[in-house]
Amino acid sequence: MHSTAYLLLADGRFPSGGHAHSSGLEAAVAAGRVTDLAGLESFLHGRLSYAAPVTAAFTAATHLTASRLGRAPSHTHSDNKVPFLTLDAELEARTVSPALRLASRRQGRALLRAGRLTWPSELYAYLPKHPDGPHQPLALGVTTAAAGLSTEESAHIAAYGVLTGPASAAVRLLGLDPYQVQNLLARLAGACDEIAASAAAVAHKSPEELPAHAAPLADISAEIHATWEVRLFAS
Amino acid sequence: MRALARIVAEADGRGGTRLARLRGEPPLQLRHTPDGSGAATVHLIGSAAGPLGGDDLRIEIEVGAGAVLCVRTVAASIALPGRDGSRSRVSVTAAVAGGGELRWLPEQLVAAAGCHHLALSTVELAEGARLLWREELICGRHGEQPGDAVISTSVNYGGAPLLRQSLTVGPATPGWDGPAVLGGSRATGSLLHVDPAAAPGGPEVLGPTAVRLPLSGPATLVSATADDAHRLRGFLER
Repeated sequence: MHSTAYLLLADGRFPSGGHAHSSGLEAAVAAGRVTDLAGLESFLHGRLSYAAPVTAAFTAATHLTASRLGRAPSHTHSDNKVPFLTLDAELEARTVSPALRLASRRQGRALLRAGRLTWPSELYAYLPKHPDGPHQPLALGVTTAAAGLSTEESAHIAAYGVLTGPASAAVRLLGLDPYQVQNLLARLAGACDEIAASAAAVAHKSPEELPAHAAPLADISAEIHATWEVRLFAS
Repeated sequence: MRALARIVAEADGRGGTRLARLRGEPPLQLRHTPDGSGAATVHLIGSAAGPLGGDDLRIEIEVGAGAVLCVRTVAASIALPGRDGSRSRVSVTAAVAGGGELRWLPEQLVAAAGCHHLALSTVELAEGARLLWREELICGRHGEQPGDAVISTSVNYGGAPLLRQSLTVGPATPGWDGPAVLGGSRATGSLLHVDPAAAPGGPEVLGPTAVRLPLSGPATLVSATADDAHRLRGFLER
C-alpha cells in the first residue's frame, strides 16, 4: 500500500514550485499547436512518450543510489558523491536546451528546499552543488529516498508530475473544462503507470544506458519561450 | 545483409590527411574523392537499396591527431521493411584524437512506411578533437506515413558525456508527430558542432522551428523541424 508520504510528494500542493512551469505547453499554445482538448491529449501523449521515461528513469536511478547509501553505515566519504555526479552529467547531456537545463535546476532547487524541511536527511548533501540547483529528477530521487518511498513510487511521482504540470497549465492557458481535463488524465493513467514501471525497472542500469528520448519541439520552443518578455509560466 | 566498413585517417605530415585504411564491403562501398584541401573526403555509396529490415551494417571510423576526415553519402538512404518484419540497424562508431577533426555529413535518412530501423552512433572525442555531425530524418516518402525509426546518438568529449539523444518516430510511439514532439513536421534534424577553440555563445533562435543551443561542453547543437528536407537543410548547412 502507498504511504501518506507518497501522496504528499505527488500532491500539486506540495511546495516544490512545479506550478510555475507549463513544460512547454505555453509555447505550444502561443504557436497555435495546441488549441483544444484533443490538442492537449496529443501533447500529453508526446510528453509521456518522450519526457517521462527520461525524467522517471533518472529519478528512480537517483532514488536507488540514495537508498543504498542510506542503508550503508554512515560516513561522509567523498566517493559517495561520484554516482550522483555521473547521473548529473548524463542528464545534462540529455538536456540540450539551456532554458530547459535552467528550468530543471530551478525546480530541483525549490524541491530540495521543501524536501529538506519536510524529511530531514543527510542524503541531500550528496547532490552535486550547482549555482542554479540540482536537476529536478536528482532532487526528487533523493527526496523520495529521504521520505522512505520505494524506487517504483519515486518513478511514479516523476511520471505523474510530467503529466499534471501541463494539464493544470492547460486549464489556465486555454480555459479548458477542468472535468474534461481530469477525464483525459484518467484515460492516460494506464500509459503513465507503464512508463513509471519501465523506468523503475531500468533504475539499476549504468546512467549512460538510461533513456535519452529527445523531442525536437520541446527544445526548440523552450528557447523561443525564454526570449519572451511577458509570460505566464517560467517554462 | 551484414557488412562492415572501416576508415582510418591520419595526418600525412605535410599538412594533409591520408587514409591509412579504407575498406568497405557490399552494400557499404567507400570512395576517396580528393578535393584538393587538407581534408580527406570519403563518399559512402550504397550499392543496394536500403537499409532493409534484417540488415546489420557497421561503420567504424578513426581520425588521428592532425587529420581531417569528411564522410558523405551520395544519396539519401531509405529504411525499408524486410520480409519478416525484422529490424534494420546501422551503427557508426567513431573515435577522434586530440587535434583531429571528423565531419560526418551524410544525406537524409528516409523512414519509409513499415520500416523498423535503428541508427546507433557512438562518438568518442579526445580532448582537443573537433566534430561536425549532421543527422536528418524524413518521416516517410512522399505522401506516406513512416514506419518506426530510432536515431540514437551518444557523444563523449574527454571521457565525459557531451550529448545523449535518441529520436524516435513512427506509429509505435504515441504522440510522435504531435505538438510536443514534431508538430506535424515531416523533417527533423540536428547539426552538432564540437570545437574547443570556438568562443562560447548564447542560444540563438534561427526560425520559428529552429534554434542553436550551446551544450554543457565545448559544443553547439542546431536543432530544427521543417516541412521538407530542403527547408530542413537550410537550417543545418554550414
